[in-house]
Amino acid sequence: MHSYDYVLLLAFFALVLLPAPLLGRFYFKVMEGQRTWLSTLLGPLERGCYRLAGVDANKEQSWQQYTLALLAFNLAGFVLVFTVLQLQGYLPLNPQHLAGQEWSLAFNTAVSFVTNTNWQSYSGEASVSYLSQMLGLTVQNFVSAATGLAVLVALCRGIARRSAKTLGNFWVDMTRATLYGLLPLCLVLALLLVWQGVPQTFADYVHALTLQGADQTIPLGPAASQIAIKQLGTNGGGFFGVNSAHPFENPTAWSNLFEVASIILIPVALVFTFGHYVKDMRQSRAIIAGMLALFLIGGGTALWSEHQANPALSSPLVEQSAPLEGKESRFGTTASVLWTVTTTAASNGSVNNMHDSLNPLSGMVALVNMMVGEVIFGGVGAGLYGMLLNVLIAVFLAGLMIGRTPEYLGKKLQAREVQLLVATLLVMPVGVLVLGALAASLPGPAAAISNPGAHGFSQLLYAYTSASANNGSAFAGLGANTTFHNVMIGLGMLIGRFGYILPVLALAGSLALKKSAPVGQNSFPTHGPLFVTLLVVTILLVGGLTFLPALALGPVTEYLSLGL
Amino acid sequence: MTTHIRPALSLILLMTLITGAVYPLVVTGIAQVAFPDQANGSLLRDGQGQVRGSQLIAQRFEGDAWFQSRPSAGDYATVASSASNLAPSNPALAERVKSSAAQLYIEAQGPVPLALLTTSGSGLDPHLSPAAVAYQLPRVAAARKVAPEALQLLVEQSTLHPLIGPPVVNVLALNSALERLAPASK
Repeated sequence: MHSYDYVLLLAFFALVLLPAPLLGRFYFKVMEGQRTWLSTLLGPLERGCYRLAGVDANKEQSWQQYTLALLAFNLAGFVLVFTVLQLQGYLPLNPQHLAGQEWSLAFNTAVSFVTNTNWQSYSGEASVSYLSQMLGLTVQNFVSAATGLAVLVALCRGIARRSAKTLGNFWVDMTRATLYGLLPLCLVLALLLVWQGVPQTFADYVHALTLQGADQTIPLGPAASQIAIKQLGTNGGGFFGVNSAHPFENPTAWSNLFEVASIILIPVALVFTFGHYVKDMRQSRAIIAGMLALFLIGGGTALWSEHQANPALSSPLVEQSAPLEGKESRFGTTASVLWTVTTTAASNGSVNNMHDSLNPLSGMVALVNMMVGEVIFGGVGAGLYGMLLNVLIAVFLAGLMIGRTPEYLGKKLQAREVQLLVATLLVMPVGVLVLGALAASLPGPAAAISNPGAHGFSQLLYAYTSASANNGSAFAGLGANTTFHNVMIGLGMLIGRFGYILPVLALAGSLALKKSAPVGQNSFPTHGPLFVTLLVVTILLVGGLTFLPALALGPVTEYLSLGL
Repeated sequence: MTTHIRPALSLILLMTLITGAVYPLVVTGIAQVAFPDQANGSLLRDGQGQVRGSQLIAQRFEGDAWFQSRPSAGDYATVASSASNLAPSNPALAERVKSSAAQLYIEAQGPVPLALLTTSGSGLDPHLSPAAVAYQLPRVAAARKVAPEALQLLVEQSTLHPLIGPPVVNVLALNSALERLAPASK
């Protein structure tokens, strides 16, 4: 580690932690319809949207209506993206005359962007037109993140409200999240990125004659605007095929800092938003502490692992240093690891180095971050509602230990709530282990593997973990663009998204209905170090026990075989 | 369900208009005025106005008279960019690294820097570490018949030291400067 590595880490934590309390308060005000400094500008636009859509902004919805609205909106988004991708060959803004995507690829891509996953079985510059990038993918980058935020505030209201039948209005929550929550930040980030060198143009690809006289095609496009939302909305789908490793997508050490901090800027802030909902900032600090602890455990392990030279390359002719295969010179080891840990902790999935080439234990940290369900900050909205599920499970476990009815912030957890919690615990195992095992045991799908030995299994494990966790990053050597994987990974993404959203909204509805039990002396406090420890242990145990055998077959075996 | 159809369709269309069309257009408008050079791909042009590349995109350089770029798994293809995705345990990686090392190794200069033996994430990495440039310097100086000290000065001038990242040299910029200093004999 060099001095610039420490400066980078310091700058990263400052950028994500310092603005969080203020930004979190801003999100609370926005989602509750209070005036902010943006209201003058965006208020008329917001009201115009409601008028055109026939939405009564003051009419709240029950959890069932809220869920139906969300599903209808996501379905409409899916149909739109699927159609645009299939028909892009006949549509304008396609200077490279790219053909429409084959149906299973279009299905996979559309599901991927609607579920905030951004798994990419395609390479952007070679198979998606400017129009598809803008109207199809960029839009879903915004509204899938807004959907996550809407579900989160519905759950917050469910916990905060007493004897209430409604959770808010999905249309209003989604619109406010997009217009106030995402657009202004994206505009700022997009311009910062252009300043650092990211293209933003509608001109055709440029033809160049290299210094040595060879022909070179320089791909361009409206990249900065899409890259800004793909980072801030925890989406992760690259404008260019190699994502933020591409020098046009992430040109400098500075653009790298802006992009990596943007991944968890909003997820960190939303933890404070929760504190405003339940009027108890101690709860926010406890959750942040739990998330940070998990982030630092994983981050420390990955940093150590990735600074080890690869013994397989040992030779007197070769410099023995931290591995560089799949890494960019301008980032080096520390910025690459920081990105890997952040993008998998949050459900972002963008990469600035190739995860397939990471040392085994660094790759395993990425896997574990996703396997625990994307709750270490996690996706916009999705991370915190996932974390709150873990909080409730920890509270339930604590209740079992002391033999009292578990309660969280005055809400008793009874049979229905616990059933819903258990349903969400099944999402990751079903998506990863059932679908992954199917892919690994059928000869056709397993042929997608590109690396021999234990790492080959890790490639499949990573793909199905990434899909189910709605992350979207990959051990990208996997040849995943086959009908089988496109459909199954698509299925994994749907299970991973709606397998959480439906129980979470049901839970929110059920909690909202409850009266508040007075917080007594015997209530288990959910803000001290004891609870934070219990929470971290719960997350690691639930995730760890489920996936330990799979991890042993993949990265652990590879680690041992390399003799690192 | 039917009550949700109108808002669902209208709002997806409205959001498409706002975030899919207006937003990228506004960013493009501001970017083209404020940062026209970067927004259009940081293109390098020669005296005749011919585009010779982008400062940010690596080019292939062959021959002793040029500083060679970071190796590229995609052979410097720009459409589409690609990486090797070789696992650390893949024997193909060790074979490739060791055979390139055997070609590049110069006894007097010690082991070959790893950056010259490994492919980057994008296949288009425009930079090299100063050590990887220094390793090539005696070869380039001899081929161009330039004093190594003069070349060393050029390298130092082309080295970037960002506060938060490793020092790097832009190989295309360095080679362009080199052509002005001492053109390679054609």
